[in-house]
Amino acid sequence: MSRLLTLDRVSFAYDRRTVMSDLSFSIDAGDYLAIIGENGSGKTTLLLGLLGLKEPSAGTITRGEALLLYRIGYLPQQIPEQHDFPATVREIILSGRLNRHGFLSFYSKEDRMAADRVIERLNLESLEKRSFRELSGGQRQRVLLGRALTAAEGLLLLDEPVAGLDPIVSHDFYRLINELNEDGVTIVMVSHDIHCVTKNSSHVLHLGYGHFYYGTTEDYMNSQLVASYLPDRGAV
Amino acid sequence: MIQFFSDFFSFSFLLRALIGGALVALSASLLGTSLVLTRYAMIGDGLSHVAFGALAIAMALSAAPLLIAIPIVMLAAFLLLRLSDNNRVRGDSAIAMLSSASMAIGVIVISLVSGMNTDLYSFMFGSILSMSQSDMVMAILLSVVVTMLFSFSYNNLFAVTFDENFARASGVRAGIWNALLAMLASVTIVLGMRIMGAILISSLIIFPPLSAMRLCGSFKGVTLLSALSSIVCFVVGLFLSYALDLPSGPVIVLTNVACFLLFSSIRLVRGRKHFC
Repeated sequence: MSRLLTLDRVSFAYDRRTVMSDLSFSIDAGDYLAIIGENGSGKTTLLLGLLGLKEPSAGTITRGEALLLYRIGYLPQQIPEQHDFPATVREIILSGRLNRHGFLSFYSKEDRMAADRVIERLNLESLEKRSFRELSGGQRQRVLLGRALTAAEGLLLLDEPVAGLDPIVSHDFYRLINELNEDGVTIVMVSHDIHCVTKNSSHVLHLGYGHFYYGTTEDYMNSQLVASYLPDRGAV
Repeated sequence: MIQFFSDFFSFSFLLRALIGGALVALSASLLGTSLVLTRYAMIGDGLSHVAFGALAIAMALSAAPLLIAIPIVMLAAFLLLRLSDNNRVRGDSAIAMLSSASMAIGVIVISLVSGMNTDLYSFMFGSILSMSQSDMVMAILLSVVVTMLFSFSYNNLFAVTFDENFARASGVRAGIWNALLAMLASVTIVLGMRIMGAILISSLIIFPPLSAMRLCGSFKGVTLLSALSSIVCFVVGLFLSYALDLPSGPVIVLTNVACFLLFSSIRLVRGRKHFC
């Protein structure tokens, strides 16, 4: 099993205000890591750090040899302004390949074929020529997942991917993520939805204010922490 | 008809206005596509007011207008981008503050120097006579740079416009792109406001992309149709204003409005399904 990312006593700060300190954990190929925690505990900041977009204020983030810079499939939180954006599904999915190009950019035949593969894998053929603004919330999220997959087939970073989706659509989305994980895609997912996440994930990173928990999902479910996060669990 | 056009083309200032203006309209519509979709559209409006103040100062100093105005407007563009990134002052409030302050400075400078006369009017609403030889050369340069940028870095621009966070994660330097767009928008506004006027120039940035979005559902479609409709509206508007003896800026704005209404009604008839 190859190691993708290792964090060693990492801290993040904004304007000298530390949002997270002394965080250590690692991500191996094939993991499904759920990152949970209260608002403001630094979940999105941590994702930015993993993406290489935010430098830690202390500690080190080491990339495994298999993981190149910018070769991470990222699914950011959706911004409402995107919803009426005029772009076709294909245009968006193809834009995942941009991390292989520089300032002057034309997509190659290889890029187009990669986009075709993802479109087929996520059953987006019927939507390919549709405009993003005509899609439902669940379809949009599948398209953005497709873009992330086009960017990198090894590691996906998902930031609150089911926020704003109805329960049935969320369920389908989680199932899709599970299938990808079973196919060998490493998943790192930030979520509020602790019930669903712990059902699917292999590891949990729980961020609190000033402390954190990292371990397998099984250990986490037996820990004190989960009882405080899920008050109803004590009764089960 | 033939007489009309041969009259039109016999005036070199009209020919300059036609060529220079159409190229500015082309640049404005391309940059506008990105600005409108990234919700920076109001920056264009704010910058045109800054340009007004800057041109007034240039006039008072009897300096070359472009030499003074372009750097000042670029500076304002960077300031506005930084302000909207920092979130310390809300972006739209910052633009409103800068706009009214610049207008106030401009009007006071003009009234100190020459009294409230026709210069003010042509600053506000533009004049077809004001496109000089050097303005036209600048317009040609600008349109070459903007079209090259959109042709060769189209995919980067799409990524930055659609999703800045994802673009950054893909290694695209989004900050540089935003600065580049703001810089080119500054030049476009300064050049365009000679014909269109400070109050009306932002219409060249805002109308064409919004019209194109009525009919097109793809980014490529919107970009191309926006550029095409912008040039057509400008040329038609300029001819109309000459034929009807009306001020060119407002007539060009109204041709853009007509185009927007036309595209909107086509969309209404056709439903949400897009053409391109």
